[in-house]
Amino acid sequence: MRKGRVACIECVQEIPCNPCEGICRFGSITVGEQITALPVLHEDSCTGCGLCVANCPGLAIVILDKSYSETEGTVDFPFEYLPLPAEGDEVDAVSRGGEVVCRGTVLKVTRVKSYAGTAVIRLKVPLEYVDEVRSIARLPRPRQ
Amino acid sequence: MKIKETDVAIIGAGSAGLSAACQAAAAGARVLVIDENHLPGGQLFKQIHKFFGSRAHQAGTRGYVIGQQLLDRVEKSGAEVWLDTVVYGMQKDCTLGVVHEDEHWHVIAKKVIVATGAKENYMAFPGSTLPGVMGAGAAQTMINVNRVLPGERILMLGSGNVGLIVSYQLMQAGADVVALVEGAPFIGGYGVHAGKIRRAGVPIFVGHTIKEVTGKDKVEQVTIVAVDSKWQHIPGSEKTFDVDTVCLAVGLNPMTELVWMTGCEFTFIPAFGGHVPMHDRNMETTVKGLYVAGDVTGVEEASSAMEEGNLAGVAAAEALGYLGAEEAAEKKKEIWGRLETLRSGMFGEKRRTAKQSQIERMEAFEAGAACGQKGAAV
Repeated sequence: MRKGRVACIECVQEIPCNPCEGICRFGSITVGEQITALPVLHEDSCTGCGLCVANCPGLAIVILDKSYSETEGTVDFPFEYLPLPAEGDEVDAVSRGGEVVCRGTVLKVTRVKSYAGTAVIRLKVPLEYVDEVRSIARLPRPRQ
Repeated sequence: MKIKETDVAIIGAGSAGLSAACQAAAAGARVLVIDENHLPGGQLFKQIHKFFGSRAHQAGTRGYVIGQQLLDRVEKSGAEVWLDTVVYGMQKDCTLGVVHEDEHWHVIAKKVIVATGAKENYMAFPGSTLPGVMGAGAAQTMINVNRVLPGERILMLGSGNVGLIVSYQLMQAGADVVALVEGAPFIGGYGVHAGKIRRAGVPIFVGHTIKEVTGKDKVEQVTIVAVDSKWQHIPGSEKTFDVDTVCLAVGLNPMTELVWMTGCEFTFIPAFGGHVPMHDRNMETTVKGLYVAGDVTGVEEASSAMEEGNLAGVAAAEALGYLGAEEAAEKKKEIWGRLETLRSGMFGEKRRTAKQSQIERMEAFEAGAACGQKGAAV
């Protein structure tokens, strides 16, 4: 993470699932023949490209980068709520438990066809929160 | 009364029924699929999340996309589909009583595949009849098929995958889920599904149940209470939430009514949701020519239902002579391999052993019947 962008897979139960293995162009994730096995990340070949983030059906993969600056890092996470934030927005960054842990700046919102509806947001947060931040608070919907 | 004759009649145009139709029609059989709904696809078109499973199984594809692909295959296969059509009964020889386009039909098929799926369980508590208390599946149909939000502040009971996924989808549709309540001391569904709703800030109360729902004419408040190891309420542990909707995701049970009418032998398997028809490795029941596939054989999930449908379709086509024994055996072996995979791991193991015992009971029954001891094997 200090070297640069790398995936972090938070998939802890043996469920039958293996899209992450197939989507990775670098062979950096292996599940194996028995698809209930947990995925194994090979950090050295992972480029942090983020394809797996949008393609994990469990939304259980993030890309972490602790090399962004001396004091800041980034977290790329999947996000499937509307409205989406805009690049440059300051938003509430939340933990795995949904608690607001700090403010973050949206650096990038990627929505491409191959992500099949899942947006991937890159959020800049203070370095010490990179291991904690996993999403952002849902944004209010415009009243109809 | 009109009469319709066909090779294979399939009741239910969901995951299992459509898969069976593809297999049987592709092999050359004349296939009629009947469904009481005005749209085919069963539960698939409600599933807006990405499916798990293997890549070979279209994992990572959203359910409704899989539904559309399956429908396209059925259309190309030449199978006929009757929608808005009710099968109200089945005789012991598997002749179907059908109402189609306001007319009464007898459908006479050489093989019948029942793929009627399952229905939601209900739970009674004070206030459970107030408008605003509904099945989680009903709420899911409202938001994802009819695009109507059932409420804005929702409490979900049940933390199986249905409760977890529908909670997530209600938030995607714009509602707030104020709490998820689970009677057992642990979350029932996949951790990754629970993770999604935890990140959204939904509190999960395990070891709790609903004590009562109150409101004038509709749901206004819900009170939950902690339960002890014997599921008794613990006084003083109540918590009350202002809500307008309470969703129940407390399991499903197989929709077996038509199968019972034929005199088919059943067996009781709690892990599958109750009484389920015995069947063999071809999905054929104790009534010759009557096959079952999908949740009607025991509540599982969509991918397994599709594979059981494939199996029943292949087996029916083989029995009719549209597939050679060797070709059929090859296909069935592949399908069983995929089913084994789907029924593995910490969540699949219980379903694997349940299915194994269902088939073993069938074998024991057949052996008993062969010796003239009908029913002795259960």
